[in-house]
Amino acid sequence: MRTEGNRNDSGIKKLLTSNEAIAEAVRIAKPDVIAAYPITPQSPIVERLAEMVGSGELDASFVRVESEHSAMAVIHGAATAGARVFTATSSHGLAYMFEMCWWIAGSRLPAVMAVATRSIGAPWNIHGDHTDIMSLRDTGWIIGMAESAQEAFDMTLQAFAVSEEVNIPFAVGIDAFTMSHTAEVVEIRDVRLPERRQAYRILPGMEVAVNAVTVGDARMRARYDLAVDLEKSAEVIERTDNEFGSHGGLVEKYRLEDAEYAVVMAGGWCGDAKDAIDMLRDEGVKIGMLRLRFIRPFPEKAVKGLPSEILVVDRANTGIRGILGIETSSCGVEVENVVAGLGGLDVDVDNFYRLFRKFVDGKLEKVEWLI
Amino acid sequence: MILPGNASCQGCPISIVMRCLDEISNPVLAIPASCSTVIAGLHPKSAMKVPVVHVPFPSTLAVAAGLSEAYKRLGVKANVVAWIGDGAADIGFAALSASAARKDDLITIVVDNEAYMNTGTQASLSTFWKAKTTTSPTGKTEERRNLALIMLAHKADYVATASVGYIKDLRRKFRRAEEMKGFRFLQIHTPCPPGWKFPSEKTVEVARKAVMSGAWILWEYDGKLRLSKAGEKYALKENRIPLEDYLKQGRFSHLSDEEIRELEQKIDEDWELLLRFS
Amino acid sequence: MDLSPIISKATVASAGETGSWRNYRPAVTADLCSKCGNCILYCPEGVISEGGDSVEIDYRFCKGCGVCKEVCEQRAIEMIPE
Repeated sequence: MRTEGNRNDSGIKKLLTSNEAIAEAVRIAKPDVIAAYPITPQSPIVERLAEMVGSGELDASFVRVESEHSAMAVIHGAATAGARVFTATSSHGLAYMFEMCWWIAGSRLPAVMAVATRSIGAPWNIHGDHTDIMSLRDTGWIIGMAESAQEAFDMTLQAFAVSEEVNIPFAVGIDAFTMSHTAEVVEIRDVRLPERRQAYRILPGMEVAVNAVTVGDARMRARYDLAVDLEKSAEVIERTDNEFGSHGGLVEKYRLEDAEYAVVMAGGWCGDAKDAIDMLRDEGVKIGMLRLRFIRPFPEKAVKGLPSEILVVDRANTGIRGILGIETSSCGVEVENVVAGLGGLDVDVDNFYRLFRKFVDGKLEKVEWLI
Repeated sequence: MILPGNASCQGCPISIVMRCLDEISNPVLAIPASCSTVIAGLHPKSAMKVPVVHVPFPSTLAVAAGLSEAYKRLGVKANVVAWIGDGAADIGFAALSASAARKDDLITIVVDNEAYMNTGTQASLSTFWKAKTTTSPTGKTEERRNLALIMLAHKADYVATASVGYIKDLRRKFRRAEEMKGFRFLQIHTPCPPGWKFPSEKTVEVARKAVMSGAWILWEYDGKLRLSKAGEKYALKENRIPLEDYLKQGRFSHLSDEEIRELEQKIDEDWELLLRFS
Repeated sequence: MDLSPIISKATVASAGETGSWRNYRPAVTADLCSKCGNCILYCPEGVISEGGDSVEIDYRFCKGCGVCKEVCEQRAIEMIPE
């Protein structure tokens, strides 16, 4: 990202929700085509963008689609033609566009999507957990999860630069309501992104087809290339984050230097967990947190550097275990795994404190649900 | 537009219509899962001399809208063509309706062979009443849906029906769509030899008999609905050929005389309904 | 980036030399042909072109469907078993 000379270090400070911060980042990224369908708690992002397009503050095409499936399909088509694209969704919206998420990744098209992470029914629940965004993990997308409105702003801008460099779509996760609808001070940095670039565009006159029916090893090669490039995108993410934002790359290491106990988590609820870690530190317990800023590519190196006592706290499950619990243990480390906070069930500082105390005291089961 | 040595079946009406794409300048095709996907060529070969964007089944109109919107913004001159069958018109109906309602600048071509042919002739919403398919083995119990009329209700910029049996009329309609801007929609009757169970040389003859018996009505709308010259005389019942002549297909071989009369009545109702809009 | 797994290039014979599918071969009697062009217009394969005394058929790709025979108003085309 070209930030030297473009970055306004004394960026304007505004009080913004993460939804609004993302809309501001998208305005600065100057997308050509935005397509979106409303869903709680994401709607304010695209409402704000629609306002900007309506007032002329943002010169972009805003396509009002009839569903999330079409939202992703519209940006798929627009990206194929060479446009910078953005959409946002949550929960059932992501589930409904799931098919297209595979296609845009498989087509190696750069695209950015914000996901205000929310539970998926049944039963109906509009509140936060990470079930929706975790469903993207097999598709080939880069999946980032912010912890604050500032990080949501920075990560969204970085997402355009990274996605367009590595030809892989990029999802930015923010926790429902506790981030999407909660205002914080955000420094709006006016960054000039590089011009849109991508591996290919489809234009009139070209005698080619993209994504025709494959036989033989083409599908295998396409999937392998995507997997390898997704792993390699870690370097681009680190570099871009260093140039602008500086949130630590794939992970944030919180009080981990001398830690004997490590908590692994992701998303907005890490803030309360950090307060609990501070309380335990005050009591002399050597505990810290590895906050996963990215789920894909998965920060394997950082996990391998953790002390031997690891607790993974998950906000999405697969079967009886947490998804991040499985991901973390796949790196060759032993973990204890707690599933908590589904459907917005509040896990406050005190809850975290008691949970971590139990972990440090060696009283946790291998897998537990905090109900 | 379509290169020889492609994978279409013998006598395939879709490839006849694909040849007519030469009436449209700077086309970019979006094609969903369908017979057309296979005809357009298996990787790494493409049978089309025009760019093709292969897309998932329900997404065609939305991908086409994205292509069109992006070309407009980037200053690229293109005619985006959403090339779908009656199957994609079913599963992608919401996207089709939304695109028509937004008046997206693109051309939708529905090659309507009245069933899901690529998966082995299962009934679609276009399948004729009483027609046998693999999911209506004793004959379909519901009437076909009149898709073009629904598009007219969207006040699309251009709506036309056409037939592979009347290729000059079809090519004229392609040219007309080419000249216009906005949402242009053409539904083309494409009798399918293996799906409908008739010999491959009869494709054009069956298509013509559909028009001559009144079972397929040729019309167009560009603010006003008109019957097309090629088929307007069949508005009068006495000008039509006996319906039995059209129904000489395997999928109708089980019909009783009574059922044929009932079918005739349904066709009369279709005419009556359409002409109310003229 | 290697795009070869997802990009296909236009080529004739994407499904091979489809003339081998044919059971019947269309044969044109030049004397009867009025050069009306119907067979050219309707050939699903696009393998009939103007030429010689009547029309020319590219038998490398003609699948032998018989549509040309049916649309010929002069009955100038016959289907002959291969």
